[in-house]
Amino acid sequence: MTNWKVIINIAKTHLLTKIKQTSTAALGVTFGIGAYITLVCFMTGLNKMLDDLILNQTPHIHIYNEIEPSKKQPIALYDKLKNNINVIHSIKPKLSQKKIHNALPIIKYLNESDHVRGAIPQIKTNIFYIAGNIEIGGYLTGVNPLEESKLFNFQDYIVKGSPQALNNSNNGILLGIGIAKKMALDVGDRIQISTITGEIFPLKIVGLYQSGVADLDAIQSYANLKTVQRILGKAENYITDINVKLTDIDLASPLATKFEQQFKLKAVDVNTANAQFETGTTIRNLITYAVSITLLIVAGFGIYNILNMLIYEKMNDIAILKATGFSGKDVQLIFMSQAMIIGFVGGVLGLVLGFGLASIIDNIPFATEALPTVETFPVNFNPLFFVIGFAFAMCSTFLAGYLPSKKARKIDPVKIIRGQ
Amino acid sequence: METILEARHINKYFKKPVLFHVLKDINFKVNKGEFASIMGKSGCGKSTLLYILSTMDTDYDGDLYLNNKLITNQNSNELSYIRNKHIGFVFQFHYLLSEFSVLENVMLPAKKLGEKSFEEIEYDAITKLKMLDIEQLAKKRASRISGGEKQRVAIARALINNPSIIMGDEPTGNLDSYNSANVFNIFKHLCDDYGLSLLVVTHDEDFAQKTDRIITMEDGRILK
Repeated sequence: MTNWKVIINIAKTHLLTKIKQTSTAALGVTFGIGAYITLVCFMTGLNKMLDDLILNQTPHIHIYNEIEPSKKQPIALYDKLKNNINVIHSIKPKLSQKKIHNALPIIKYLNESDHVRGAIPQIKTNIFYIAGNIEIGGYLTGVNPLEESKLFNFQDYIVKGSPQALNNSNNGILLGIGIAKKMALDVGDRIQISTITGEIFPLKIVGLYQSGVADLDAIQSYANLKTVQRILGKAENYITDINVKLTDIDLASPLATKFEQQFKLKAVDVNTANAQFETGTTIRNLITYAVSITLLIVAGFGIYNILNMLIYEKMNDIAILKATGFSGKDVQLIFMSQAMIIGFVGGVLGLVLGFGLASIIDNIPFATEALPTVETFPVNFNPLFFVIGFAFAMCSTFLAGYLPSKKARKIDPVKIIRGQ
Repeated sequence: METILEARHINKYFKKPVLFHVLKDINFKVNKGEFASIMGKSGCGKSTLLYILSTMDTDYDGDLYLNNKLITNQNSNELSYIRNKHIGFVFQFHYLLSEFSVLENVMLPAKKLGEKSFEEIEYDAITKLKMLDIEQLAKKRASRISGGEKQRVAIARALINNPSIIMGDEPTGNLDSYNSANVFNIFKHLCDDYGLSLLVVTHDEDFAQKTDRIITMEDGRILK
């Protein structure tokens, strides 16, 4: 038989008459939760940005023909030397073609497989950019611009022009911004490139490309698949690389192994290629949570302290309440509700504070060469963080209130009344 | 005569610091409409007895009956309910909740009991305050009124649930003679006009002499 109205009313009166202590306790929670929300929104925003930086442009599985020595040297085929220990000096890599054999059927097969969001072809080749007498070495990659945009956010890295412009042009080139600067070229100008074999082709600049990695931007350019095939004088089935994006990145490793065996090609998955990035993410998350939890624990101790003091001050009140018929449970509920009210008010204010701070951070300009698409600090407003923050505020105040209120429950009114 | 409160063979020991037999085989009754006082020297156990009778102290041997119902060994929630509904308290020191208004202090036990609506409780509380001539204090904070007034408010609070018995632990011990007389007159008036039972522990000889019955205690026993 609990009369909540009476209990809440008493709790409210206690809190309001000690408004300074109450606000101090609530502010402790507010700052704890506020800092948690700010930290976690900002840190996960950064994490997500850094992850995207890698994951968006990197294929989950990259399939190509590796230049490497044969695993089985011819001597192993010779039966008479089978029981000998054969030592071969200066093994040379096997002469093989760069092109992926049967590339188009493989791409078609991959596109129809489960877990594959898309597989697209690329042609990578070395070229020279020609400026008068000067030849600058570089790479030209033949791509399908529209599909690259769809799967790998290609358009994010085109600072001038668009993937469509490249797609529509038969002899267009998307020039790395570093080369454009070196050669003082801009969109609409023409550039001459020469292949390794010496043929020279004029191409029209339809856009500028900036990946954020300066060294790469100084050599890398993109053109249509067909343009590159024409430059190299190859047929339409000349493909050197296949980039695969999966529906689930966790499947990258097993699928890469499978494709490697199935097609007898080299297949590298994103985790192997970028092993360091996941470690970074984990550690940043760890730091975020360690700091937030510390803040909340400190706030919890603040509440514990203040409630403890309040109970010492209210010994007489507790004795009267018990003498006039309030049970130990009622008294405990009075102090518990005080803790929960502090937690609720402090928690809600904390969420507001956290949201405010995170919004401010979200609007601080953050321009960097490395990230052409980012203009302000990245902040991740995930509603889940707000739910967690609020839940933590309620849990920590519950725990902080529980012990002192249990003491209040056990106070013997006779001792207090007789002690006077 | 109807019996309100009855104690049978009450024994109580203090275990700390040394084993001490405080109350030795206490037997007595309080009848309906009776104004009884307990007198005795300091340390004779009269307050200890009162706290056992009040159900706040449960660490004793023997049986305690309220309205002919055994209340010994009931669980603490039951006892809280019994205190709330059937017993009113007046202490030596006022014991009001200082942060609440006088009216709220008086209403609190009734709100806890929860048998009446807020309006009814408020009406009852104001009636009790009027009966004690202190209705003008209703809206004041409990910490802002004088000692005699506080004691009258405490009496009003003790009355709010129309209890079977009112217990007082030296209710006049902290008051001057004028206020003491006042409190006695209120008690007498409640007893005579409303048929309320009262059991008051006191040191005050004059006060005790005016009550219906004096229970004298010495060394943990009732003398008469």
